Amino acid sequence: MARLLFFGRLRELAGQAKRPLALPDGVDTLAALIAWMKTQDPVLGAAIDERTVRYCINQEICGPETPVKANDEIAFMPPLSGG
Amino acid sequence: MIIVQEAPFDAGAALNRFCKGAAGAGAVVSFIGKVRDLTAERAVTGLILEHYPGFTEKALGGIETEASRRWTLIDALIIHRHGKLKPEENIVFVAAAAAHRRDAFEAATFLMDYLKTDAPFWKKETGPDGTRWIEPAQDDKNARASWTGEKRKERP
Repeated sequence: MARLLFFGRLRELAGQAKRPLALPDGVDTLAALIAWMKTQDPVLGAAIDERTVRYCINQEICGPETPVKANDEIAFMPPLSGG
Repeated sequence: MIIVQEAPFDAGAALNRFCKGAAGAGAVVSFIGKVRDLTAERAVTGLILEHYPGFTEKALGGIETEASRRWTLIDALIIHRHGKLKPEENIVFVAAAAAHRRDAFEAATFLMDYLKTDAPFWKKETGPDGTRWIEPAQDDKNARASWTGEKRKERP
C-alpha cells in the first residue's frame, strides 16, 4: 500500500496528513497519480498540481515523471518556509 | 550538526557548547530567529510549525553540507524547532565557525537565506482574525537566489 503524505495547506485540503492508497492500475508515475487524484477530488487535485508544490518519493525530491511503486511514501509539499 | 526539536532551546547555552567544540576557530557567527508578534501589521498570537520527520533533518543536513562546500568551516550548527510556538520564542539558531570572519559571516547568512525558502517546514500563524499559512516573501526568494553560482555575490 502506498502512503500519501500532505503538509501545510495541502493537509487541510486533504483533510488528513497521511492517506494509504492502493495505486490504481495504470498509475505508474507521479504525473499519472496526480492526474488520477484530480478525477477523485478536483479541488485537492488542482492544489497538488500547482507549480509551487514539491514532491518527494521515499524522502527524495522528485519530478512528475518519476515512477511510483506500490509501497512508496509520496509527499506533497506546498512552498517551504523555514527559519 | 542538525537538531530539530519541539522543545524550546537556550541559545546562549547552545552557543557556548558550539564554541567549545569548534577548536581552532578564530571567528564564530551566530543568529537567532524569533517569533514576531507582528507580521505586516497583523498581530500574531502564535505559530504552528509542521515538519516532515526524517526528510526535514536530511534537507537541513544538505543545506549545511552546501555551506561547508562553499566556505572553509570548522563547524556549523542549525537548531530548528517545530510544534506550537508563541511570540518572542526562539524558532531557529544558526552558528558557523571558521578560521576567519568572512567565511563565518557569509556561511551563517547563506544558511539562513536557504532556511527561509528551502527548509521543509510549514508555518501557520494564528492571530485575532484567524489563521494563515506563511510562504516565503519576495525578499526571502531574492536573498536565496542571490547565492546561486559565485561564492561571493552582491547582496540584493
